[in-house]
Amino acid sequence: MTTATDSEGGTLAVEIWRGKDAGQFETYTVPQRANQTVLDVVTWIQRHAEPALAYRFACRVGVCGSCAMTVNGKPRWTCRTHVSKVAGEGALRIEPLRNLPRLKDLAVDMTPFFEKWQRAQGRFTPTRTRNDPLTTVSPQSAGRKAADAGIECINCAVCYSACDVVGWDDGYLGPAALNRAWTLVNDERDGDRAGVLKAASSGGGCHSCHTHGSCVEHCPVGINPTAGIAGLKRWSIVELLGGKLP
Amino acid sequence: MIRPARNHPGFWAFVAHRVSGVALALFLPLHFLVLGLALESGDALDRMLAVADRPVFKIAEWGLVVLLTVHLCAGLRVMALEFLPWRDTRKGLIGIGAAIALLVGALFMLRAG
Ligand code: HEM
Ligand code: SF4
Ligand code: SF4
Ligand code: FES
Repeated sequence: MTTATDSEGGTLAVEIWRGKDAGQFETYTVPQRANQTVLDVVTWIQRHAEPALAYRFACRVGVCGSCAMTVNGKPRWTCRTHVSKVAGEGALRIEPLRNLPRLKDLAVDMTPFFEKWQRAQGRFTPTRTRNDPLTTVSPQSAGRKAADAGIECINCAVCYSACDVVGWDDGYLGPAALNRAWTLVNDERDGDRAGVLKAASSGGGCHSCHTHGSCVEHCPVGINPTAGIAGLKRWSIVELLGGKLP
Repeated sequence: MIRPARNHPGFWAFVAHRVSGVALALFLPLHFLVLGLALESGDALDRMLAVADRPVFKIAEWGLVVLLTVHLCAGLRVMALEFLPWRDTRKGLIGIGAAIALLVGALFMLRAG
């Protein structure tokens, strides 16, 4: 897409949050470049205008999940968000992610996000040793397909930041942790799927979700956590009624 | 103020669902109170019904019928999303729900008028 903001030579007015909870927006004038990403803009400011600016990134190609920020009001992965796509009139406002404790400037503390991942038992429980043969899982099985749909999560916390229930309820595990739990409940190799289901459907778990779909709307890799959470809701009810995981 | 991250059909459906749900919760006790009058005395009910015949009440009643339909459709959508094994967000369902609510509202207008 070619827009005015794509052209060389112009400038962008970029507002960036400076400070922790108390702080203010500072405005920087940044030269425009073709195919510039929001992360490029933040990096330009740090290199040329504000060496003390705190922010996070690593891979720059949408793999590591460390560069998420709030850009013009929406949570986004900044390394793969083109300025031309989000800066309407050549203006950007960049803030830290919502729903996580702020550290400094654009960096947030991801600890609660990963702690909830563990509370949802979002980790694989092995049943074999390295000496056993590999399990074969049919790509056609329903469980494999369900797990596949949610497995590409990059732990960026964009969904967590978009979710209003996370904002309302400190105890809510959030879309990413529950999506991970859903992939494990569907993983026939996991040694404690019943335990995952229990962890993911207890207080603050899947039943707290109100199906707003803000997570689906913003997940940069196209995962639909709402569908996985709905699956957890169904399975926890099936199990309550005496049914067993397939 | 509505934050940009909330501006999508799924969130608006939720807002409509909650607003209609709370409004119904506030209204229903009144509704039952009026119905209860029928048991106590026909007179009181008749007086109440005369009051309720005024246009402002007609409009209020129309609003409630629409609210109930909005809430019903939004609730059915949530249950469909959660209990049927669909993977996408079925935004079409929001439109269908809104259309049904408008239709019921229009029908009620015609019959009340
Ligand atoms: C007509 C049949 C009804 C259906 C099918 C229905 C369905 C639902 C469903 C599925 C929810 C959960 C939404 C969520 O997960 O966020 C809900 C929420 C709610 N309902 Fe109903 N409901 C009905 C009637 C009523 C009535 C008569 C009232 C008023 C007393 C009411 C008040 C509420 C309220 C206050 C909520 C909370 C809204 C929210 O959490 O977003 N509902 N309803
Ligand atoms: S669908 Fe559930 S998890 Fe996703 S944003 Fe809404 S409340 Fe949060
Ligand atoms: S589900 Fe999507 S938005 Fe959420 S952490 Fe994973 S990749 Fe990020
Ligand atoms: S820097 Fe790795 S995902 Fe953006």
